[in-house]
Amino acid sequence: MKAAAMKLRGYRRENGRVGIRNHVIVLPVDDISNAAAEGVSRLIKGTAALPHPYGRLQFGADLELTFRTLAGTGRNPNVAAAIVIGIEPKWTQRIVDRIAETGKPVAGFSIERAGDLRTIEAAARQAMSFVQWAAELEREPFDLSELWISTKCGESDTTSGLASNPTVGRAFERLEAAGATLFFGETSEITGAEDVVAAQCATREVAEGFMRMFNDYQKMIEAQGVDLMGSQPTEGNIRGGLTTIEEKALGNIQKIGRCRVRSVLEPAVEPGGPGLHFMDSSSAAAEMVTLCAAAGSVVHFFPTGQGNIVGNPIIPVIKLCANPLTVATMPEHIDVDLTGLLRAEMNLDQAADRAMAMLERTIGGRLTAAEALRHNEFVITKLYRSA
Amino acid sequence: MIKQGILVHDSADDVGVAVTDLRCGSEAGIMTLEGTGIGTVTVVEDIPLGHKVALNDMPAGHGLLKYGRAIGQSSRAIRRGAHVHTHNLKTQRWKA
Repeated sequence: MKAAAMKLRGYRRENGRVGIRNHVIVLPVDDISNAAAEGVSRLIKGTAALPHPYGRLQFGADLELTFRTLAGTGRNPNVAAAIVIGIEPKWTQRIVDRIAETGKPVAGFSIERAGDLRTIEAAARQAMSFVQWAAELEREPFDLSELWISTKCGESDTTSGLASNPTVGRAFERLEAAGATLFFGETSEITGAEDVVAAQCATREVAEGFMRMFNDYQKMIEAQGVDLMGSQPTEGNIRGGLTTIEEKALGNIQKIGRCRVRSVLEPAVEPGGPGLHFMDSSSAAAEMVTLCAAAGSVVHFFPTGQGNIVGNPIIPVIKLCANPLTVATMPEHIDVDLTGLLRAEMNLDQAADRAMAMLERTIGGRLTAAEALRHNEFVITKLYRSA
Repeated sequence: MIKQGILVHDSADDVGVAVTDLRCGSEAGIMTLEGTGIGTVTVVEDIPLGHKVALNDMPAGHGLLKYGRAIGQSSRAIRRGAHVHTHNLKTQRWKA
């Protein structure tokens, strides 16, 4: 699949960005508003509630990241319209205002002085009108240069570094050449290959910014004074044959191919232009994909070795796997079978063709394995304890 | 002989990856990612799919190469054909 031959159709939003899904979401601002959000989504067909455990008594950078994640999720072009429900009106309105900047329909509801039941009724009436409106929106052709796409690998093993990660790397090189906007991250998991990423940064300023972010996280790990064996690499990585973080990192960075890193982003921050961007982020799958979606990515390449099964409520997560044991034992979780690479039955360009063909189908509406299996992991990154 | 039993990232690497389960005593072909055969090795213990096989004899304290780069240090002597994993290879980062 040559990039130029791809036929892409998506939903053009009020701000010009293009989405490939057409969700109406019900977004709780805080943990205690989950019940009302889920109440609305149970009443109105075609709405998705995004429950999460935070949003109360957070402060400083941690609060700002939660706000960015919630607002960014609502701003994502895969979302046609959003209902926001919080316990009180002020923080609710802050999320509503940030989503409204995109021009899309959004409405906020607060529970105090109304109670869950009256809130659910009012929000459900609004959600119903949003869904009926969104259902009539039509896809239109768009260009690959308008696509924002992210990658992160998970439950990696040695087959990830040999096959599925370099396949994504080759696909990313094609997408970069087509002018798409690309994301990668996983700050801790670059350890042992940080010099490779720094060398691929487009300018010295970007390289310095990357190393600053990387070193800050290293200091945090070292300050804990612990051995990360079992966490990074994970027990799954070790079972799959990965032994050290350096080995895992060298495999991880195969996903960016020879792309140049254009900027370094704080978590859940939208990039300012096309090309590849590094986002400071955890390597935990659900946290990372949630941050990518909040930064505006509309689809995700997720290579796995031992079989990470993560999904996301608003962006399709495409699983690629080259481990024959995983493909045989967990076939319902794998979208792209790359086992032929290990048997030398195909080369990397042919593997990238497969990844791009699945990307085109996914954009066109094919449900990924994670979508069909209702993997809706929405996980906010928490920086420190609440007040 | 298992024709394509082991893949290597870089022809200078100290280890390759078993791409099928390798039984003790079997002879496995070593291939680069470009598909070039670079010899064989006799496996001296069972090595499961995805795990690493030593391609050289190495002393303890050796900076062990994969991807053409050190991925850690051998914590004991490793002989050619042996299984390389957490029991004989340690990270050089984040040491508690």
